[in-house]
Amino acid sequence: MIWLGIDTSNVPLTIAVVKDNQLLVEWTSSIKVTHSVGAMPAVEEALRQADIKPNELDAIAVAEGPGSYTGVRIGVTIAKTLAWTLKIPVVGVSSLQTLAGNGSLFKGIICPIMDARRQNVFSAIYTNELDATLPDGHYALDVLLEQLAATEEDILFVGKDVAIHWEAIQQVLGERAIRAPFYHDLPKASVVIELAMKKPLPSIEETHHFVPDYKRITEAETNWRAEQQKAGQNE
Amino acid sequence: MTKDQIILGIETSCDETAASIVRNGREIISNVVSSQIESHKRFGGVVPEIASRHHVEQVTIVIEEALKQANMQPSDLDAVAVTEGPGLVGALLIGINAAKAFAFVHQLPLVGVHHIAGHIYANQLVEPMQFPLLALVVSGGHTEIVLMKEHGSFELIGETRDDAAGEAYDKVARVLKLPYPGGPHIDRLAHESEEAIDFPRIWLEEGSYDFSFSGLKSSVINYMHNAEQRGEEIKPQAVAAGFQNSVVEVLTAKTLRAAKQYNVKQVIAAGGVSANKGLRKSLEDTFAKEGIPFTVPPLFLCTDNAAMIAAAGSVMFEKGHTSTMAMNGRPGMTLFDWN
Repeated sequence: MIWLGIDTSNVPLTIAVVKDNQLLVEWTSSIKVTHSVGAMPAVEEALRQADIKPNELDAIAVAEGPGSYTGVRIGVTIAKTLAWTLKIPVVGVSSLQTLAGNGSLFKGIICPIMDARRQNVFSAIYTNELDATLPDGHYALDVLLEQLAATEEDILFVGKDVAIHWEAIQQVLGERAIRAPFYHDLPKASVVIELAMKKPLPSIEETHHFVPDYKRITEAETNWRAEQQKAGQNE
Repeated sequence: MTKDQIILGIETSCDETAASIVRNGREIISNVVSSQIESHKRFGGVVPEIASRHHVEQVTIVIEEALKQANMQPSDLDAVAVTEGPGLVGALLIGINAAKAFAFVHQLPLVGVHHIAGHIYANQLVEPMQFPLLALVVSGGHTEIVLMKEHGSFELIGETRDDAAGEAYDKVARVLKLPYPGGPHIDRLAHESEEAIDFPRIWLEEGSYDFSFSGLKSSVINYMHNAEQRGEEIKPQAVAAGFQNSVVEVLTAKTLRAAKQYNVKQVIAAGGVSANKGLRKSLEDTFAKEGIPFTVPPLFLCTDNAAMIAAAGSVMFEKGHTSTMAMNGRPGMTLFDWN
């Protein structure tokens, strides 16, 4: 069984090809090149190097969010278009679980972090078996840290955005907070594939309806709802 | 007999997700448009993030439907044409990345198309273009007079210095408390009225082919404001008619003057506002009287669609203009020559 894995949820880009449980090619970068420019050439190159033609693929695994809205959409659009036109299944995997997967050998709990501006993060708390004890979501940093303070184990922080909040994290959690080495800070498409392999394969009819898991409604929608509520109260 | 050229067009630059298959750049085999207007209505305009979210939901569905309606397989296609810009960047990227993934799997050439070139080439789907040709492009984002001496050659003769015509329509519609999108409502109201408020015509300096609509929009707002303060009754129909008369008169007169100066063989109108009945009638009457052939696409080809992208892509492809897998969305893309 041959898998193509894609993660474009944030600045890093990662593409992998796995054949019969073996990683053939993985390409990961973290340079500021827009995914629209970088992603398809990387897919093309990874398959070329693995000497695999598109129609030899059996399934596509893609990080479905959360993350940068545009970033997630590029990966999901590429994955669902490939899957639809190749008539193979596409499996979506949490972008946070993918990051957490980098720390799966850690003895303790794992906290993947993606910065979401204004002291907010996309985050979750995972066991080292990658079960979420705090679900993927958009959290105020202090709320997340409060949740983590209530745990007892050591906590591995994963992701390149950990650097942004490291001081605040250490202040609250002290020595229980452990930073992953830099080479574990980028998502790996091989992990996306590994997580996808554990999920049931969806039918190919479901591909059209596959969309990102944004974990947030749009700002316009939030404002609109607030206005509606205000109008309701004024009546 | 030479082999037919079959192009798949994809368009996602704003709030329509569209795919179409066109034969030889002239004949629509299928044309699928999934509109999001309903989703944006309550916000009073297109919300870019919501538009992008809809595109990712719809994009493979519209491509499949276009193939199905054409009764074609990917192997029947010669190239994939997709809107590269201008437009909302997040929205453009959905069509572009779907087009790339599809083209990659089926080893098809990829052609990045300028959205306005698409609107102009919508006319190719009606009748062959004759050069030199003058195109009046009017939409929510554009108001331009473009001279074409041959296929793929674009010379900008005039453009708006502030609001696009469609933008002015939307803003005036908001003042008149008409639902979004406002253009068709103003057009309808204008036709219900015998009387029209006299608003200024903005001609700019003598000989200029440029436009300005923000002053006109301000006049309308001032008129409404003054009438309200004086407690006078406002007739929305008369305001709509007055506003539309001003827009249509300036657009028609400048297009006519340019058509004569450049001695063109054909004049075409393109873009969403060319669906406006008042504008269509004025242009049709004027050019009929002058004996200059005038074409405007049927309504379904005036608004955003992918057939026009395939039609423009067809000519670009013939001229060897293909893109690579590294194509990016170009929200501020300008019209360029293909020759």
